[in-house]
Amino acid sequence: MSCSMFTLTDETIDSAALKERLKDDGAGAVLIFEGVVRNHNEGKKVRALSYEACDSLARAEAERLFEEARQRFHIVKCLVVHRLGDLQVGDTAVFVGVSTAHRDQAYAASRFLIDEIKIRLPIWKKEHYIDTSSAWVNCSHQAGEHSHQREHQPC
Amino acid sequence: MAAKSETTVQSRSDNPVRSVKVRYFALLKEERGLAEETITTGAPTLLDLYIELQQRHNFALPAEQLRVAVDDAFVDFASPLREGDVVVFVPPVAGG
Repeated sequence: MSCSMFTLTDETIDSAALKERLKDDGAGAVLIFEGVVRNHNEGKKVRALSYEACDSLARAEAERLFEEARQRFHIVKCLVVHRLGDLQVGDTAVFVGVSTAHRDQAYAASRFLIDEIKIRLPIWKKEHYIDTSSAWVNCSHQAGEHSHQREHQPC
Repeated sequence: MAAKSETTVQSRSDNPVRSVKVRYFALLKEERGLAEETITTGAPTLLDLYIELQQRHNFALPAEQLRVAVDDAFVDFASPLREGDVVVFVPPVAGG
């Protein structure tokens, strides 16, 4: 029986502590992906980000996502933590950790999880730019521009 | 006039008024100016409800750019509205 957990938090993500929790005597691979706030997006200089989520829907959808991941991969443990609130450049926005018996399954499961998280979970990101303007990412209402942005969703 | 009156009655009987809770997030929350509200509506489907709210509050995003969830599960926009539904219209997400 594999163990998986999804958390939304306003606090700094403690990657070292999470990594320890992923360890298991039966897991030869522990793989961690961290999405980190960077200083630019779509040609604009980013100063900070704010994340917002629909908590109950995100947790329910994450459980469905974990169930799909467990059916596809041999996961020993899986921890996903996503930040909410205000983040600065360099802060970890999302932590995806998986432990598996062998590395191939860890890489595949990690990639599957982060890709699905970005597409499916009701989490929104507002970018605050150097020039003091701000915008919700992917929420342009110009259809052409929007589809362009979706194809280039950044990590 | 009588025919018109009948139509109205018929329409009401087809689309009974329901009370649902709508929760707003991100861009929709900013546009609406609040996080949730209880709506009394004759809208038969979730799509009809969104269009009603979009027109009332001048939401920028068309339904085609949204997903919709009821009671913490994503559903089709064509789903019928039910009394007591907790509805979340989900603007384009950007987690990660």
